[in-house]
Amino acid sequence: MTQTRATEIGTGLFALLGFAALFFLVTQITNRSIAWNEQSYRLTARFDNVGGLKVGAPVSMGGVTIGRVEAIDFDSADYKAVARLKIQQRFAKIPNDSDVAIFTAGLLGGQYVGITPGGSETYFRDGDQIELTQSAVVLENLISKFLFDKAGQEGAKKSEGVAK
Amino acid sequence: MSLFGEVIGNGRAVLAKSGSFTLFTLRLLQVTPKALRRWRLIVDQVYNTGALSLVIIMLSGLFVGMVLGLQGYDLLQRFGSTESLGVASGLALLKELGPVVTALLFAGRAGTALTSEIGLMGATDQLSAMEMMAVDPVRRVCAPRFLGGVIAMPLLAGIFSMVGIFGAQLVGVTLMGVDAGQFWSQMRGAVELKDVNQGILKSCVFGFACSAIAVYEGYHALPTAEGVGRATTRTVVSSSVAVLVLDYMLTAVLL
Repeated sequence: MTQTRATEIGTGLFALLGFAALFFLVTQITNRSIAWNEQSYRLTARFDNVGGLKVGAPVSMGGVTIGRVEAIDFDSADYKAVARLKIQQRFAKIPNDSDVAIFTAGLLGGQYVGITPGGSETYFRDGDQIELTQSAVVLENLISKFLFDKAGQEGAKKSEGVAK
Repeated sequence: MSLFGEVIGNGRAVLAKSGSFTLFTLRLLQVTPKALRRWRLIVDQVYNTGALSLVIIMLSGLFVGMVLGLQGYDLLQRFGSTESLGVASGLALLKELGPVVTALLFAGRAGTALTSEIGLMGATDQLSAMEMMAVDPVRRVCAPRFLGGVIAMPLLAGIFSMVGIFGAQLVGVTLMGVDAGQFWSQMRGAVELKDVNQGILKSCVFGFACSAIAVYEGYHALPTAEGVGRATTRTVVSSSVAVLVLDYMLTAVLL
């Protein structure tokens, strides 16, 4: 009898510790605070280019995470990327002339969606579409633009010298 | 010609072995519902395979985490991003090291015990005696041990990962001076529930494979001292190889 008692206590301790560990991993190591919040609404935004935006990326307003990117799709009718944003219900008062842009967190950080609030008195509702959008900054485009500008300036200088 | 014959002979042996293993696993699954009714036997096995492996798992987890903290710090400080140490060690432990190292240790600590126990039962005719009394040894002996292993493995892997993360924190934050806030907040920001689930799924699959192999080898061991010894060796070898191969396949599917 005492032998089985000891076994049971040992097993109980083990199971408890195991589930505590799993609970710890799920709640303390991951960012579950938003996904657990069932009260949320959805907005869509159409971008020319979403760059490296990923599903699950944060949606932030004033630097505070208020939601997540739920889905990214491509609309072949007008060749635009459609991002569906899931926003927490307690941040429901977003003016409907707010504009949305894709930013990069730090130089090497992941991309996120930033909402800059407008001045309107009416607010977005569930299912609305954000009209004012600004695409992701693609680093390659910036670099090639910079190089073209540089080359153009040098070319102009050279032709000036020839004219003289 | 003799070489050719040997290759064919080996091929047949491999086929026969994998066939008998598959049949045995199916039989285990078939008797599982009935074995589940005698849950006390399973509790005993969870104790044998899980609770008794706890010390080695926690000790290994601590040191694996500490090594990760040290190596990760050394690597990351070259890029000037030591605050990502939490992300690096957390993801490495949750997705790879936790399930895999736990499974390897499990094969060494619990798998061998299962094989030699069942093998010795066979060698001392206990299994035949059960059959004589119309008790199915697969149901009474093998299935509870198999199920105990399947239950214990994910819990062990979870404990391993948790202790490992604390080990990495111990070295990274306390010894190397990474900021504790950055360590935890970056980890929370980058690790998703998907990653934890992936680790749990992996360890469930490993638990299934390791326990099935251990029980199979024990049940099919030659009823001699040497036979049991060989079966125990085979358990460790096949479980380790199976875990590493399955790990690659699972990672490729889940990533």
